[in-house]
Amino acid sequence: MPINITMPALSPTMEEGTLAKWLVKEGDLVKSGMIIAEIETDKATMEVEAVDEGKVGKIMVPAGTEGVKVNAIIAVLLEDGESAGDVKAPAAAPKAEAAPAKTDAAKTPSAPPAPAQTPAAPAKAAAPASVAVMDRPGGARIMASPLAKRIAANKGIDLKALKGTGPHGRIIRRDVENAKPGAAQPAHGGTPLTADGLILPQVLDDRVYAPDTYELKPLDGMRKTVAKRLTQSFMQVPHFPLNIDITLDNLLESRSAINAAAPKDVKISVNDLLIKAAALALIDEPDCNASYTDKGIAYHKHANISVAVAVDGGLITPVIFKAEGKGLAEISEEMKDLATRARERKLKPQEYMGGTFSISNLGMFGVKSFASIINPPEGMILSVGAGEKRAVVDESGAVVARTLMSVTLTCDHRVIGGAEGAKWLAAFKRYVETPEAMLL
Amino acid sequence: MSTQYDLIVIGSGPGGYVAAIRATQLGMKTAIVERESLGGICLNWGCIPTKALLRSAEVLHLAKHAKSFGLKIENPSFDLDAVVKRSRGVAAQLSNGVKFLMKKNKIDVIEGTARLEKGAPAPKVIVKGKDGKDTSYTAKHVMLATGARARDIPQAGLVADGKLIWTYREAMTPDVMPKRLLVVGSGAIGIEFASFYNELGSEVTVVEVMDRILPVEDAEISALAEKDFRKQGLSILTGAKVENLKAGKDTITADITTKDGKKETKEFDRAILAVGIVGNVENLGLEALGVKVEKTHVVVDGFGRTGVAGLYAIGDLTGPPWLAHKASHEGVVCVEGIAGKSKTEPFDASNVPGCTYSHPQVASVGLTEAAAKAKGLDIKVGRFPFIGNGKAIAMGAEQGLVKTIFDKKTGELLGAHMIGAEVTELIQGYVIARQGELTEHDLIHTVFAHPTISETMHEAVLDAEGRALHI
Repeated sequence: MPINITMPALSPTMEEGTLAKWLVKEGDLVKSGMIIAEIETDKATMEVEAVDEGKVGKIMVPAGTEGVKVNAIIAVLLEDGESAGDVKAPAAAPKAEAAPAKTDAAKTPSAPPAPAQTPAAPAKAAAPASVAVMDRPGGARIMASPLAKRIAANKGIDLKALKGTGPHGRIIRRDVENAKPGAAQPAHGGTPLTADGLILPQVLDDRVYAPDTYELKPLDGMRKTVAKRLTQSFMQVPHFPLNIDITLDNLLESRSAINAAAPKDVKISVNDLLIKAAALALIDEPDCNASYTDKGIAYHKHANISVAVAVDGGLITPVIFKAEGKGLAEISEEMKDLATRARERKLKPQEYMGGTFSISNLGMFGVKSFASIINPPEGMILSVGAGEKRAVVDESGAVVARTLMSVTLTCDHRVIGGAEGAKWLAAFKRYVETPEAMLL
Repeated sequence: MSTQYDLIVIGSGPGGYVAAIRATQLGMKTAIVERESLGGICLNWGCIPTKALLRSAEVLHLAKHAKSFGLKIENPSFDLDAVVKRSRGVAAQLSNGVKFLMKKNKIDVIEGTARLEKGAPAPKVIVKGKDGKDTSYTAKHVMLATGARARDIPQAGLVADGKLIWTYREAMTPDVMPKRLLVVGSGAIGIEFASFYNELGSEVTVVEVMDRILPVEDAEISALAEKDFRKQGLSILTGAKVENLKAGKDTITADITTKDGKKETKEFDRAILAVGIVGNVENLGLEALGVKVEKTHVVVDGFGRTGVAGLYAIGDLTGPPWLAHKASHEGVVCVEGIAGKSKTEPFDASNVPGCTYSHPQVASVGLTEAAAKAKGLDIKVGRFPFIGNGKAIAMGAEQGLVKTIFDKKTGELLGAHMIGAEVTELIQGYVIARQGELTEHDLIHTVFAHPTISETMHEAVLDAEGRALHI
């Protein structure tokens, strides 16, 4: 009997994903453990391993298909003596026989639940916005039950801002009854909002950009997630930036000395040192290692440093966990591995979730100073500018040349006050300017 | 033991066997334990065999009224043994059907009586087989679907003896036609038997302690049913109580206190007890496991969870409404909950339809008018009688009424109540409307086929707006 290969769930809440790539074709023989396909979720690409042996009889879902439901049959394996003719249409295939495909994620059931790190919005619902509201040229159609529409009209609630919890994301009675009158007015008169309360992308209008003047690239999972999370963060989190200049000369000297003394294959970067300094500063100023959540402020016991890595088609922030206790060589090695796999989109969810603080470094591009958007639910993000020689008036009043960098700390004002942020910057500055302190 | 099951279901009634099938659809290795016949009470001693009996009564009724259809049938009569035999045949056919479904779905059927012992991740299931030997089974999840049975009230002598004092079970397989029959209780079960035996010629007296028959129905429907039954010759004593029931050699004497406080003693040939339901919670080992039981019913949440790890309960065992379709749906919800189906909603008892297959039939869903008012809701009520419906008149079934209750502010269909021909088949339309959260507007703009009795459902909605067409 042909064996069905089904779309695996890469996280407990995953409902669908994109079948990015097939690594086998019809007629290929596969062995248990062989990687047969790649699946793209919102942030990662995961490999699907074959569980059983057999010949690929039919590929049901072509590569590049978006929105493939979890447990949908994506291919059928034939056992000895079976031919492609034995393969039934997917609808007729017996579901109970479905052989679950094994993935890396499936091996680690303790993976953090949802890819979205942001604590769920106050509305209980978690239905994907793309289902609740269907894009239509010139506006969005709202899926809502007649009763929900009537109650909403009576209470003066705007359905556009609600999230549906009914079948297929339909807004039903309880969604409206749980909403507060007037609370859900669109913030930008007339701008279409998704059920998350987020602004929908601009409607692509031929009168503005003629179709032959651009190349259209569909939004992939990562692009959508980055857009959604950053919009949410920028709209919902009260950001404030703090600037400070830090002298780098000592750190650069220490770095040279460390690298000279290190084994051949170890090369510590400035960024590795900054990760360590940031982690130690967070332990010194525990009030700053905090997240604003629906249940209260979570003060983290460890400094898990998210490091922004630009990847082709987006951005991802792999995490150096418990960086405060890690040696520079360890941080350096981990960072290299994470960055490499991030660019290949091979990170597992548990490798990019769970950070308590972020660092984004654009120094290598010569950017002097910038202010990043907070990566929820983290409370702060540090933007690191370029180290450059500047003319500085020293303690004796003389103008001297020193290497300085400007950093900007963006804080979530719900958990971090200006004074706390400033204290953290002072601690960070101390570690960078006297790197020996990191050895203590 | 040999097989490690994902799920063991105890009891194969419409709750248990449906849950077992759904479980195998979701890839679970499933077994079902049954101490008697597959299909439980519903298929063997409840819903189905009584429908077969009532169908015989209905055909007889039509034959007796052949003249009104321009037909000649001389002295229509019946053969009681054959009527009962047909009913048993129908039950057997369906029980075999369940056996086939179990086989088709590769569900292991374990014959015997189950009890539970402490275990992890779920309680252990010990089954005493027909040979008296115990066999132990283990599963990740155990679902109790042991159902319920007729209630006794020993203080009033309301205890079935299986000879003169019957429960539904004996009432379904009568050896003789009782000349004088007492039916204690006028819920769906009592009324269906009263209707059946009345049609077949028994002198039937129904005693109901509440102030009206079919007390869970809308008062207006109860009143219409009572009027119709009285016309058919039924004696109905509401607000009355059977104080004592004593079985003699061939007859029963019943001490009855009537509505006005008078005490009467009456003699009957047989009595049917239909005074409620108690859950089958005994001898399962529930106490030792710490399962919470209230008034003979296991306490569960919307997904059938008992609070004891790995142990679930569904159906009649968990309380009213005691209906097969409630049990089936609870079973499905419970299994999907176990499987982690995030889109499954917890069981909601507020949208379970109730049907009584007497002549006339009664069906309802949602709130009665009184219950809606008691909740302080501002309502509008629509009514439409069958006399205004072409199909009903053509069928010779012009006695009937559809009543709808809407929330005046939201247009929500709060409740629907029907009496008359085929209403048990019709009620589903309103159930879907409620599930889909339709308002009166949607129902008004739904096209109903003509000529059908279902047009009365449309008209009853129009009437709530004061715009019924055919009256």
